[in-house]
Amino acid sequence: MSGQTTRFDWRGLVIPIGFVIAAELAARATGWESTMLAAPSDIVAAFWTALVDGTVLHATLATLATSLAGLCLGAAFGLLIGVLLGLSRTADRLMEFSIETLRPIPAVALIPIALLVFGFGFRMEISIVAFAAFWPILILSRAAVAGVEPRLIQVARALGFGHLARIWKIVLPAALPRIFVAFRLAAGIALIVAVTVEIAGNPIGLGYNMILAQQTLRPELMLALLVWLGIVGWAFNQFLLWSQKYLFGPAAMIRIER
Amino acid sequence: MAELRQNGEALIAFDNVDLSLGGKPILAGIDVSIRKGEFLSVVGPSGCGKTSLLNLAAGLLMPSGGRITYDGKMVAGPRQEIAIVFQDYGKALLPWRTATGNIALALEAMNVPKAERETRIAELLDLIGLSEHAAKFPNQLSGGMQQRLQIARCLAQSPKVLLMDEPFGALDAMTRQALQDEVLSIAARTGATVLFITHDLEEAIYLGDRVIAMRPNPGRFEASFAIELPRPRDQLTTRERPEFLKLRRELFDVVKEVEH
Repeated sequence: MSGQTTRFDWRGLVIPIGFVIAAELAARATGWESTMLAAPSDIVAAFWTALVDGTVLHATLATLATSLAGLCLGAAFGLLIGVLLGLSRTADRLMEFSIETLRPIPAVALIPIALLVFGFGFRMEISIVAFAAFWPILILSRAAVAGVEPRLIQVARALGFGHLARIWKIVLPAALPRIFVAFRLAAGIALIVAVTVEIAGNPIGLGYNMILAQQTLRPELMLALLVWLGIVGWAFNQFLLWSQKYLFGPAAMIRIER
Repeated sequence: MAELRQNGEALIAFDNVDLSLGGKPILAGIDVSIRKGEFLSVVGPSGCGKTSLLNLAAGLLMPSGGRITYDGKMVAGPRQEIAIVFQDYGKALLPWRTATGNIALALEAMNVPKAERETRIAELLDLIGLSEHAAKFPNQLSGGMQQRLQIARCLAQSPKVLLMDEPFGALDAMTRQALQDEVLSIAARTGATVLFITHDLEEAIYLGDRVIAMRPNPGRFEASFAIELPRPRDQLTTRERPEFLKLRRELFDVVKEVEH
């Protein structure tokens, strides 16, 4: 099928490497003392220290675990309800008002309530990530299911498939590529929200370690974690792309536009 | 309207059938019996309810008035011995399944055991000349091959009736003629009853035992022609016969009159 093995273009690295060298040179020339900035060499050193003492590993696992758990929880509910609403006009009309009023609530605005219910820790963070991931999956899977080619449904009816077989063999595979796009979108949101909750005070994960480094005036560690977060987010997305391609094969990779 | 019933055992019978969709009359007073093994072509201008007629026969639509029977029993829904070939093969095939997988869909619907599927699929692919393309996805096949694949999927149902809704309307002339002959040979070999909707008058005559012309607003039958051209038919000699040309002329006059 698409076979998009785009070769890595090394020219893309010119600007970031140039920037790092310039920053290093500037730091050495001026010998800056700052609570916001740090020389790239100091950042690397701080990262190395945090890596060796286990801080990075521990924090990364915490952030990734909460993101994934929240994502899976939100995606499961979002998918279930989204498919249901996509299949049934009645259910869709019944739920529309509730969805449109709940959806605009920023997930992080629920931190106070979640704190009351769960206290600090994993459960509170997971619940907020799940809330944030729920909506895009719900909305997009509803649209994906409602947009399945009517001719395919007719084919399935003419072949004599029952309701469940029709959903399993036609509706879900047909909607899968769009649902996967929704999942990747929600995954990005999950990571953002998890780190936000940690920065807002939940004492776990990369976000919390960043805010801790900032408050203890260690900009080099703060910046090291920031760069690391970028790498983690990128790797997370690559993993999802990979699993989309290899776990679901051509079904997930067919072109979305018609 | 002239009595359209002919001798022979009726397999599908429309008895004074009306159809309205959303309050709009689509078909009115449809009366026709399709005999077992008959090849019935239906022509008419677009919007005359040809497709609705086919959907009624398939059990995908229910009539607003009158009754439709299949083999003497009321039609209550789709049944597996009736297969439909849609015009838009690009939409009717599952894009995420290979040619093999698309044919397998029909066998899954029939609950054919997994062990038997492979041989059935191989036979069908061979029949329609797609054996070399078994592992390809629909979007890797040409239009003609896709339509062949859809026909193979229908044949996997071992249907007694083939309902074909302008199946070759989107294909080029050469492919279309090749597929016309394939459908004729399939019908002859399996003894299937065929209801063939088309807007191509020559195609209707070339394929059919009988051609019915429809008139729109609401859709109803205008005229029926028995086609007595000898079988097997041939793209050159059949189309050159004086009866063929005469029928074409008559049918053309009817359709032209109807379109005003």
